[in-house]
Formats: sequence, C-alpha cells, structure tokens
Amino acid sequence: MSLFRDTYDVIVVGAGHAGSEAAAASANMGAKTLLVTMNLQNIAQMSCNPAMGGIAKGQIVREIDALGGYSGIVSDRTAIQFKMLNKSKGPAMWSPRVQSDRMRFAEEWRNMLEQTPNLDFYQEMVSGLLIEGDKVVGVKTSLGLEIKSKTVVLTNGTFLNGLIHIGDKNFGGGRAGERAATGITEQLVDLGFDSGRMKTGTPPRVDGRSLDYSKMIEQPGDDNPEKFSYLNITKPLTEQRSCFMTYTSPEVHDLLRDGFDRSPMFNGRIKSTGPRYCPSIEDKINRFADKDRHQLFVEPEGWNTVEVYVNGFSTSLPEDVQFKALSSVAGFENVKFFRPGYAIEYDYFPPTQLKHTLETKLVNGLYFAGQINGTTGYEEAGSQGLMAGINAALKVQEKDAFTLSRSEAYIGVLIDDLITKGTEEPYRMFTSRAEYRTLLRQDNADFRLTPKSFKIGLAKESRMKRMEEKKEQSDAFVSFFRETSVKPEEANPVLEAKKSSLMKQSDKMFKLFSRPKITIDDMRQFNAVEDYIQTHNLDNEVIEQAEIQVKYSGYIEKEKNNADKLNRLEGIKIPPNFDYSKLKSMSMEAREKLNKIQPVTISQASRISGVSPSDISVLLVYMGR
Amino acid sequence: MVNNDTIIALATPSGAGAIAVLRVSGKDAITISAKLFKSIHGKKLTQQKTHTIHLGHIVDGKKELDEVLVSVFKNPQSYTGEDVVEISCHGSPYIQQEILQLFLRNGCRMADAGEFTLRAFLNGKLDLSQAEAVADLISSDNEASHKIAMQQMRGGFSSEIAKLREELLNFASLIELELDFAEEDVEFADRTQFKALVDRISFVLKRLIDSFAVGNVIKNGIPVAIVGEPNVGKSTLLNALLNEERAIVSDIAGTTRDTIEDEISIGGIGFRFIDTAGIRETKDEVESIGIKKTFEKIEQSQVTVYLFDSSNSISNLEQVTLEIEKIKNKYPQKPLLIIANKIDRLDDTQLARLQNEIEGVHLLSAKTGFGVESLTHSLLELINQGALRNNETIVTNTRHYDALLKALEEIKKVSEGIDEGLSGDLMAIDIRQALYHLGEITGQVTNDELLGNIFANFCIGK
Repeated sequence: MSLFRDTYDVIVVGAGHAGSEAAAASANMGAKTLLVTMNLQNIAQMSCNPAMGGIAKGQIVREIDALGGYSGIVSDRTAIQFKMLNKSKGPAMWSPRVQSDRMRFAEEWRNMLEQTPNLDFYQEMVSGLLIEGDKVVGVKTSLGLEIKSKTVVLTNGTFLNGLIHIGDKNFGGGRAGERAATGITEQLVDLGFDSGRMKTGTPPRVDGRSLDYSKMIEQPGDDNPEKFSYLNITKPLTEQRSCFMTYTSPEVHDLLRDGFDRSPMFNGRIKSTGPRYCPSIEDKINRFADKDRHQLFVEPEGWNTVEVYVNGFSTSLPEDVQFKALSSVAGFENVKFFRPGYAIEYDYFPPTQLKHTLETKLVNGLYFAGQINGTTGYEEAGSQGLMAGINAALKVQEKDAFTLSRSEAYIGVLIDDLITKGTEEPYRMFTSRAEYRTLLRQDNADFRLTPKSFKIGLAKESRMKRMEEKKEQSDAFVSFFRETSVKPEEANPVLEAKKSSLMKQSDKMFKLFSRPKITIDDMRQFNAVEDYIQTHNLDNEVIEQAEIQVKYSGYIEKEKNNADKLNRLEGIKIPPNFDYSKLKSMSMEAREKLNKIQPVTISQASRISGVSPSDISVLLVYMGR
Repeated sequence: MVNNDTIIALATPSGAGAIAVLRVSGKDAITISAKLFKSIHGKKLTQQKTHTIHLGHIVDGKKELDEVLVSVFKNPQSYTGEDVVEISCHGSPYIQQEILQLFLRNGCRMADAGEFTLRAFLNGKLDLSQAEAVADLISSDNEASHKIAMQQMRGGFSSEIAKLREELLNFASLIELELDFAEEDVEFADRTQFKALVDRISFVLKRLIDSFAVGNVIKNGIPVAIVGEPNVGKSTLLNALLNEERAIVSDIAGTTRDTIEDEISIGGIGFRFIDTAGIRETKDEVESIGIKKTFEKIEQSQVTVYLFDSSNSISNLEQVTLEIEKIKNKYPQKPLLIIANKIDRLDDTQLARLQNEIEGVHLLSAKTGFGVESLTHSLLELINQGALRNNETIVTNTRHYDALLKALEEIKKVSEGIDEGLSGDLMAIDIRQALYHLGEITGQVTNDELLGNIFANFCIGK
C-alpha cells in the first residue's frame, strides 16, 4: 500500500537551490510535482556564504527571475545588504549582489514553495531510482517505499557519498550536521554512468559578539539599493547591515603552516579537485607564498543573529589550527567559534552525459541539476534546476524542449559549457565565459527571457505585461533622443563643465548622449529631457535602460552582429545517435569524445576540446552519405 | 540570411593567366559593381536580367582600369545563392589588385577563406558533402600557399605578429581578470604598459600594411637586376619586352633617377627591372662605388640579368667570362640569365664563338626583336621552376593585408579606449576582434566559430 495517491509527473530529489527551483518551475508549469528531501527543515539552505549574486552570478539570478523562478524574489525579501558591483565599468559588468539573512532565506523559500500549486512534499532519503527499460518511472526511499513518476530530477548537491574533512578527522555527511546519501551513485554507475569526485570547502562561523569591528574596515551597502526581481512585489531595502574587511598577516600564515602536516589537502587524504577560483586559505598561502596578506570579509548571517561568516578563510585544517590562526587576525583576538570550517568530497557525474535539456542521455526522463553536474554556486545550481524542472514538465506534457543559446543567456552559456566541454573542477560562471557579454546584461534579462518563458507557460501574464511596458517606455525614450535636437547655446555649458568638445551647430541629443563623458544627469539639465521624464512619469529602471541603449549602442550592435553569425551556424544539425566510430579518418580522441557527447550541431561539435578542425571536415563529409 | 555583407575575392588562380575572374557576392554586389562598371552601351547594371554578360570598363573615378566582361547572377540562381557579379578582367596581377582594392574601397569586404562556399552551403546551394568536396579539391594547394605566404612575410613579420598577439592575449586575460575578480585583491592590468603595447602593435601593423600595400601588393613585381655597361642596350631591351607583350607599365612612385626601375608584366607576372652600372673593374673611385652599388642591387633582386654588347665584346670575351664568374661565385643560388645583345652585328663565325665560349648565353637583338620571345620564356620558366615564388602570394597577401587593416582598426579603438579610460569590458570587445584578425594571419584561432573551424583550409575565392 502506497502512501501516495497519485503517479507524479515530476519527482525532484533534493531541496537545495537546484531542487527548489526545479520543483517550483515544474509545478508552476502545471506538472504534478513531488519534492523529496532528507530534511524538510532545511529547504534551500545556504550551505556556504550568506549571499546571492555577484559578478556573472547576479546576472544569472536576474535571468532566473525573468524566466519566472523564485531565487530573485526570495533574495530580495531576505536581503540585509545590496550592492551593485562593478558600477564603474560598462553595463555588461554591473552585477547585483545581496547579503542574505540565512535563516529567513530558507524560511521564505519554504513559504513560497508551500504556496505553489501542484507541489507536494515528502521527507525521506531517496536511495535509488525505479527504472523500466531505458526509462525512469519513480524513486525508491530508504524505508523501501516506491514513489511512481514520469520523470525524476536529481539535485543531490554534495550529499552523494559526502565525506567531510576537518584536519585528520573525516566522517560521512552531506553538510555539517547532516548525513550523506548513499545508493544512488552505485545504481547509476551500474546503469553505465561515469562518476567522479569533487571537493569544496567552507570557512568557520564565529560569534559576532567576540569580534572587535573597530579594527576592521566597514563595507556598507549601496546608498541607493536596487533589487533582483523585475516584479514590483518586492521592494528595495530601506535599511541595511554592513560587512567588514580585515586581513591575514605573516604571523597568521605561519600558524596555518604549522598545521599543514595534518591538512587533508596536503597529506593526500583529499584527492579530488577543488575550485581554483575559490581556494582554501591554506591553498592561498601555499600557492602565493610571496603575498603576506589576504583579504577576509566578515559577513553577518542575518538581521538578528550574532553568527558571522568569515569569507576568505575556507579551510579544512584541524580545528585547533583554525582557531589559533584566526585568533591572530586583527579584530579576531577574542574570537569564539560557532563551528569550524571543513572540506567536503562528494560524487558528481561528468555533465557531458547530459543533453541541452539536462536530461541524461542514458535514462529517459531522468534529469540532473546543480552540484551533481560538477558546478559550484547557488546561482549556477538554481538556474540548472529551473531549466531541468521546465524540461521535465514539458516532456510530460509532450511539448518541445526549452533551451537557451549562448547569445541569449548566461544560463545558455553554462549548460552548453557543461554538456559540451564537461568540467574537471567545480564550474563557476564568469562573464568572460560568455562570448557576447555585452548582450547578456542584468538590466535586460527580462527583455531576453520573459517572452520565451511566457510562451511556454511559466512566466505569468503580469510579468510579461510589466516587461512590455518597460520596453515600450524605454524604446520611446530612446526615440526621443534620436529625434530631438539641442542647440549649441543650451548644450555648450553642459559640455564645458564635462570638458567635452563644444558644439558649433544644433545636433541630435542621441549623438551628444553617446559621448563618453556625458551621463543621464547631464542630459537632464536640458529642459526637454526633464520635461519628457516628468510627463511620461518614467521610473529609474526605464531611464537607465534608455541610457544604456543610447550610450552603448555601438558596442551592443557590434556584439549582436557577431552573435548572429554564430546563431546561423548553430542551425546546422547533426542527426541524433550518429555513429562516429565508423569514421576511421577521424582521430581516435575525437571519435570517442563525439560518441560520448553526441553534439546536436556542428557548432557545438567544434567547441569540444580534442576535436580538431580537420575532424570536423571529416564529419561533414560523412554526414552527407 | 543575416550575414549578407558583400564580399569579393579572386576566383581564378593568381598570377599568370590571360584572364582573371573576380567574384563579388552579397546584397550589394550588383549596386557596388554598377557604380564601378561603365558599359560600352551605357547599360545600367542594376537594370540587367540575371545570367547576362556585359562588356565595358571598370572605372576608378575618371580612370579606366581595364576592359572587362561582367556577368550578373541574381539570387537565388547563383553559386552562393546571393546576388553575384563575376568580373572577367585581364590576367595581370596588377589589374587584379587594382580592381580588388577599388571594390574594397567601395564597400566590399575581402572574402574569408572559403567564404563563398560557406555561403553556398548556408543557402542550401551545396550540401555538406559537396561543400567538403570543394575543400578537398583545393586543400592541398592551400597548405603550400599558406607556407609561401608565411615566407613572404619578410623579416619574420609573422613570428613578430604571433609574439605581439600573445602579448595582447596576456593583457586581455589581465583585463578579464580585473572584470571577473573586481572584488578581490588581484593585480590590475597596467594601463600605461598596455598603451605602450598597443602603440607597438599599431606601429608594426602600420609598417606591415605599408610594406604589403606598396611593396608587395601594388608594386608586386619580381625584382630583376640588369647588370651591364652603359650603351649595351638596356632600355632597348626593356622596350622590346614591352612591345612583345603589350604589357602594362607602372611607374613606381618615389623612384629616384639614380636607379631606374621599370615594371613590366610578362605572362601575367610583374617583373621589376632594376638598372645597374655593371661591374667592370676600374681604378676610378667614383666607378668603384658604382660597382658596390651594383652588387647591392643584385643582392636585393631575385633574378640577375647579365647584358653585354656582343659586337663590342667579341674581341674580349675573357672579360665577359670573368664578370659572369664573379657574379656566379658571389650568388651561386640566384638565377642568372646571360644575354648577348646586338647579335645582328655579328657574323656567323663570331656567333659560333660566342655560343662556344659562354655557356647558356641567350642571343638577342633588341633592335630586330630576335630572341625576345625566348627571353620571356626563360624568365617565365624561372617562375614555373619555383625559383621565384611570387605566384600564389598575391591573393594571400591581400587577405593578410585585409586582416592587418581590420586588426589596425580594432587596435586604434583599443588605443582610444585606453585614452578615454573606457571600461575593460567594452575594450575587451575590440581586443577580441583584434586578436581574431591577428589570428587570421598567424593561423591561430581564438573563437569557437564554425567558420574558422571548418572552412579555414579552404582556398580563397572558391
């Protein structure tokens, strides 16, 4: 007798950032969804730093929001500080980031999921999949329950055979205080999946009351905070909490070095690869021995809690070494630990085993999202969950798959990189991974993605309307600049103040505005501009959008042209299940990789490492036969 | 069809040939051609039907460049599936280059390697295997011509570009670093150093552009040093060669009168004849300097022509042999043509003696025209033997020239960006483009574009 009344359309295993987005997306698409997790108290836990967004990651959160995911809304509602990073650079680099209230973040996620129709919850460890032929038909729990479903999304995070290291101690666990999940890896490997091990780490959490902030540098939030969600159901912060910065010293480094012989990183106990871009403190002082200090960011964990997060001090050294070293950092002389930092090793499945929809190539209806695919970061995980959830629902509804291209979204870059190139270390998004960075801005994720999401039934009509309104207003404002002229006698005083060359005759405002040093504030000194803003009641978002489109029109056009070239070539499809092994004139390495990855287009094939241009030529010749 | 800008390239092999065909393809192919083509019947090209041929002239302003036949193919009934104009002009590299440059100045872009075929492929005119067959047909040619192109980049320019490109790449990485890790304690790209690098790159690019534009492409002749005393008949020889082929002569700008240079097209190949004073030993100081100069000219040339007046020298052939030996010893690898002029003044016995004593001598009477034809054959034979390799490089050079121009344009934008304090992410767009164009020359590919990947081994213009 089953506990469950229905066969589900989608079962999501795991309720981290990937699982929560997956469950919300599939349920919102109308699929009957069950979210199964080991501990329903820990939905959407921030297991590492209490922050969302950042460079490239903030853009992803905006994309998730534009598609109708929850991460942006939850982040807005639980933020304690907002910063637009890189504001001094071009608009492609503007990256929103919030510090979050860790406990409220998880609470708000659970709240929103509970209010989502079509979504059920169940708490237990999933120990295996139910497979019939090459199809997944449900999951099996550790109690032996069988839950039937048409599709399954696995988002196990660091829990699959998770092994926590602190100094020379290690024990099984998926996160501090939570046990590991077993059974799934073994079953998948039996089914023919490749698996690997990865490593990540987290710093100690300490008692904020034991710190001397007067010895640190305060880092407040922005004066005019913005927010993630394009919807008006969230508001910018009116009050914020500051972070603080301090530095390590040679003394701290010496103390850390004393513990190296007991470090699992250096004594060979940890064999798997950690992220190069987020190194542990022992890694930093080991690799950059000539640097006598490293930055540490002291981040509050919430509005009311005294717990703080010591960003930059990720470590798996023995707890006594951590304590002694951290106690030597300025401001930390009397530090009290809440818990030490640790490293964790876990199973992942090289993502080249996936399709663009994140469905596995081996098992029909089975989707992977998040750290199980070798990525790191809440935002990377959340966006994969969203895409897997959407595609699982679409599959059940027998509709076309939903994918994004490299020129449409960071999410498109992320998934294409994963399934085409795989990853040897935890994959983090960078803006430089995108060929067309200037197009993938945080200010236009709604223009790029909301219409697509609306079309598949995820983004609501209200979201679509809001986007259209913003687009109409900003387009009209841009046209106004194109059509309106300004006379030298009005413009020259403004230009003179900005040391920009003076005008000799009337010219269109667009041209003036395009000059490097001229900003919207300068333009607003012209009566016509200010009048336009007032009569049309334009909000800051619209004004900013118009400003970006005028000031960076040249660059945006240039990147659009380049992207169009790529997109045409993306259209050349390779037939599914193409057998590369018969192409004897192709290099062995290329044949193996192509057989494994089964690229969908010629363009994707050419991005696979180890596939040379001549291999591509051979492929083209044989494809016609 | 998104990428439908208008491209041009030579569709026939470069160098020798009675006629050459230039192919123009893209949405403005007909309008651009119409602007530069003057029909003898006053027909407007834009009003002509597809698959029609028209006689007229290619005009650069008021200057007529060549009499040509122009074929019009309207989309989709053309090789590429776009509007295509094919210009059949005379086969001289000089004309080809002039027309090519004219079209480039009027809104055409130099076709990338294999781009016509790529367009045909994208427009469904060829399937993949057909496209690939085209690649196979011409790929062997390409490798050789690539090598030659690399050699042609005199003084190791290509390795110089590769080095500059690598430095630029390093700086680009530094800029990416400061973009993606702005929050962290990383070293930023030093703008002063960057500016110095960019200046250095644009200096080299400009120098290369000048050298290709003037030296290699426009002038584009094989330097031939004519060694001979005054009055042995050098200018008569040049005139005889001219008459033989009715070839085009271009006066080279900047040529000083102390060395006379004449360019003559023979069989479609440009030869640049450099007059020298000869190498007769003398005690006169001024003349000694002249001998030194002669050897300098020989050094710079790819072919040496030793010309002497047979009627004068017949009594002193030892002197001639001595001088020939001297040249041969000094430049054993350099092709040497020995020409006895004014043989119309010799009798049969003298002729026999001449041929007997001087091995491989060409007999010539510039006055009567005897031997001129065999001389042009000998010159062309040197090309076919591969002793001279001016042949394939012409178009390759133009492709490089085009890439260099584009790279310079991007580098200029980068330079302006540095001056204006432009943000790194915007500068990165220009840097990526510059890297791409420099990569086109050195053969390094930076982006993942299919175009670069698949069609790179395609020969130009096919």
